[in-house]
Amino acid sequence: MNYLSWLFDPANWTGVSGVPAQILAHMAYSLLSLAIAMAIALPLGIYIGVTGRGTMVIAGIANTLRALPSLGVLILAVMLVSLIFTNDLAYEIPAVLVLVMLGIPPILTNTYAGIQATDPLAVDAARGMGYTPEQILWHVQVPCALPLVLSGIRSALLQIISTATIAAVVSLGGLGRFIIDGGATSNYPEMIGGAIVVAAVALVVELLLVGLTVLVVSPGLRRASQRARRRPVEPTTATIAIDLTP
Amino acid sequence: MNIEVLWLQNNLGWIVQLTLSHLYLSVIPILIGLAISLPLGWLAHRFHGFLPVVVAGSSLLYTIPSLAFFVLMPVLIGTKILDPVNVVIALTVYTVALLVRTVADGLDSVPEDAVQAATGMGYNAFQRLVHVQLPVAVPVIGAGLRVAVVSNVSIVAIAVLVGIPQLGSLFLSGLQLRQFLPVVLGIVLCALIALLLDGIIQVSIRRLTPWATRDGAAS
Repeated sequence: MNYLSWLFDPANWTGVSGVPAQILAHMAYSLLSLAIAMAIALPLGIYIGVTGRGTMVIAGIANTLRALPSLGVLILAVMLVSLIFTNDLAYEIPAVLVLVMLGIPPILTNTYAGIQATDPLAVDAARGMGYTPEQILWHVQVPCALPLVLSGIRSALLQIISTATIAAVVSLGGLGRFIIDGGATSNYPEMIGGAIVVAAVALVVELLLVGLTVLVVSPGLRRASQRARRRPVEPTTATIAIDLTP
Repeated sequence: MNIEVLWLQNNLGWIVQLTLSHLYLSVIPILIGLAISLPLGWLAHRFHGFLPVVVAGSSLLYTIPSLAFFVLMPVLIGTKILDPVNVVIALTVYTVALLVRTVADGLDSVPEDAVQAATGMGYNAFQRLVHVQLPVAVPVIGAGLRVAVVSNVSIVAIAVLVGIPQLGSLFLSGLQLRQFLPVVLGIVLCALIALLLDGIIQVSIRRLTPWATRDGAAS
């Protein structure tokens, strides 16, 4: 029960290396990386979804990226960048780069899959009502793609939060610090206490994002997606990409 | 340059050993996970009320960061912190979380006509499942299995941070020695294992679905 006394020790909840400060640092790195990943993946995903160009190339790249071990890529990136920088940037830049790299594939694949999976009848109806292609995109295709896009963003954020934890090994601040530092000094209560906080933060983020999805997705779509569940599923990379949050 | 050749010569046996443990730690959870997911996925397919529970439960389990999961495992099941069983069980949980839903989706994708034809031919529920539904669901289940295998190979490497030796050990030792070779070698070997296991699954899918067309889509 040692880890409970670590968790409830007020000393671990104050100061620059306390739990709240590390949660803040962890979320700051994670949200920054997510914002960059979204800035790249959303426009690109919409472009690919509308034009249908490059889906094979993107799916191939996403699968190759997935086969690379994130810990190894992180360490390699830090070793390369530390040849150029010697201050904190030596691990902050590569860590954020790797987190962005992990965040892009789920958002990108879900965005173009969502745009392409828009019910063609809805698109036809909008065209019949005199919508311009641009209006069809922003008022029909994007709202219809929203559930998939949000689930891609959710996957991306959770993967980023998870990988930001292991970035503690290359001295990045955040919740991984407790696990890595605790391990280095054989302080198991600190390791376990840290792991509980990481898991709790990830679960809270997941629940918040699920709640957000319910709030912003049109109720009409929710019924449509329930109907779609009973339709046969084709094993494409697009449908598999949706559930990826290791 | 010479230092690197020397390092390679001195550590060849160790590297082979790490590769084998990495392979073992990636494959065992997939096998156990598949064995657990098939009956659970069937339940979710058969009783659709059970499906939201499966989907919500598995997405919550999948949320837990792997490093935290490895550290928490001894608390949850009473093992020692350095026990490789922690990694096997954590990865099995991830595999099940991913596959249960895929198995349910796969069984849902079986055309109703095929199931009715089997019933008409006098198959009982079990024969129908084994001889018709599961084989037809192979492409969908196989696709989920491919994702699970590739992500497991990457997650196993993280277990070095809780002291379990496998290819992830090469990353840490490269970082400590400030040598690129171990790190790059580790990444390449990990990617090769992922490609190898992915390839084995792809070939198995093709063998198990001889009726599928050449470009991979089951008709």
